[in-house]
Amino acid sequence: MGRILTWAYMALIYGFIFLPVGVLVLFSFQDSRLPVPPFTGPSLRWYAQVLGDRDLMAALGNSLLVALISSAVALLLGFLAAHALARYRLPGSVLIRGLLIAPMTVSYLIIALGLMTVFNQIGLRPSLLATGIGHVVINLPLCFAILYAAMGDQQKNAERAARDLGASEARVLWHISAPMLMAPMAAAFFLSVTFSWDEFIIAFLLTRFDVTLPVEIWSMLRSGLSPKTNAIGSLVFLVSISVLILLELTIFRKPRQ
Amino acid sequence: MTTAISVQNLQHRFGEFTALHQIDLDIAAGEFIVLLGPSGCGKTTLLSILGGFLTPTSGRVLFGERDMTQVSPKDRPTTTMFQDYALFPHMTLTQNVGFGLRMRGQNHATRNAKALEMLDMVGLAAKATTRPHELSGGQRQRVALARALAVEPEVLLLDEPLGALDLKLRRQMQDELKAIQRRLGTTFVHVTHDQEEAMAVADRIVVMNQGRIEDIGAPQDIYLRPASLFSAQFMGEINLIPASPSAQGLQTPLGPLAVPAPAGEATLCIRPENLGLAGQIALGEARLTDVAFFGTHYRCHFTPTAAPDLSLIAHLPQAGHPPIGSLHPLFASHASLLPEKATP
Repeated sequence: MGRILTWAYMALIYGFIFLPVGVLVLFSFQDSRLPVPPFTGPSLRWYAQVLGDRDLMAALGNSLLVALISSAVALLLGFLAAHALARYRLPGSVLIRGLLIAPMTVSYLIIALGLMTVFNQIGLRPSLLATGIGHVVINLPLCFAILYAAMGDQQKNAERAARDLGASEARVLWHISAPMLMAPMAAAFFLSVTFSWDEFIIAFLLTRFDVTLPVEIWSMLRSGLSPKTNAIGSLVFLVSISVLILLELTIFRKPRQ
Repeated sequence: MTTAISVQNLQHRFGEFTALHQIDLDIAAGEFIVLLGPSGCGKTTLLSILGGFLTPTSGRVLFGERDMTQVSPKDRPTTTMFQDYALFPHMTLTQNVGFGLRMRGQNHATRNAKALEMLDMVGLAAKATTRPHELSGGQRQRVALARALAVEPEVLLLDEPLGALDLKLRRQMQDELKAIQRRLGTTFVHVTHDQEEAMAVADRIVVMNQGRIEDIGAPQDIYLRPASLFSAQFMGEINLIPASPSAQGLQTPLGPLAVPAPAGEATLCIRPENLGLAGQIALGEARLTDVAFFGTHYRCHFTPTAAPDLSLIAHLPQAGHPPIGSLHPLFASHASLLPEKATP
């Protein structure tokens, strides 16, 4: 009896989480023009349409570009900040740490509004660059927090040994600190990529002509439901889940000992 | 390569705490020096200052004629063998050992050849392509030594490098360290709290206590003729007998002894192995109260008849010991007299 209940509970939980995604994916294979029951299909016509849609593919390219570059920048800045705060006693380092993590607690909408005002002041027009900067703002605290937590005594001692053997600070970072933090660095990077890839509000407010994929999907939705949006949604989901599986297989796998 | 080191008027404070008080120390080129003392005595602080990891509050550090006080670790002709080895886990042994040469701009082939040569010296050439986590503690130790020596430093600093090894391996490494040091002629400065290790490797031992140097000298001098009570007690078990000057010579609880009298209050120091049933200085009769077998000797407790409160420890030969409770005339040799009053 208990076993049945446990299984039922598990099925319910997974159903709750994955039903919307399942429905989304299912109706992306719909043959008719509306993604509503009854299911007619399967058909790949909407995928063909999506892949043939120049605007959509351009948006997908933009999204990838923004995600990869903004994540790389966030990772670099987060790493340098984490290293400095973990290694050196600075005046007010608690305050600095707090300020670095603070953007995590602010809603994306507020961040976007703030950036809009600032960019307006300095004359930076809404663009992929502006969106990329916005994504650095939201991902830097994440990268910082992950890397700061990963900085341990082992790295510290290895860094000291490297200095002792004649390494300059830059070479210590390049040859010792960064490679020793490979796993958390990759985790931070890929998490940043997925967050940037999915992000809508900042991208919506800070782009105009070149847009990212979530913004393009939103404008498609305004013209009504279509299995085409299901198809592109399924593709976005596929990319996210692939990154996640990649992470799981490479970085989060228990290190062999 | 090698260099002499001169530490002049060195003082170091951590906030309110003074770790080193006005230290002066001269180390000859090619010498094996051991800084010995209990934890918190300042030996590691001194080593860190020599390595450039700490800048002293005041004073100077000279390598030969060069003032090194403000020079950063990377620009010093020193390398360090760290207590926790601090090997680079993401590099092979060859890359670990070749790292210092890489930082000095040597090309791949040159540094690999040198790294292999160093690994061969410590008997690990066969493991050149493995990573540190595949090695045992003793092997990591050797890699750390090879890595530190690969850049041919003028001074090698050793920060309690043998602390984590078991006794047998420690003895073996001590012998190897000593042999390598003789062969290379590099100045070695070795920090430890183990007096046996200090005696095993040192040309000279520097005994430190509470940020000051208590004693400097060859192992036999420090052991047999310590300069202070602290040094006498730190180097191993010792019998301390309070003494004062008198008309008949030295006045002690055991009675007057035939030892030249000091100017004031003093302490007579006798190592347990220099106390026994024969010797130069007669200490009067004593009763054997307790015996334990220690392998190399019997450790015996004697209570002098003249001073029943005093318990003297003697190491008697393996051959045997008199029955417990028997009375014997006790003798001492190699006794040293220190002008300090022992605190019980």
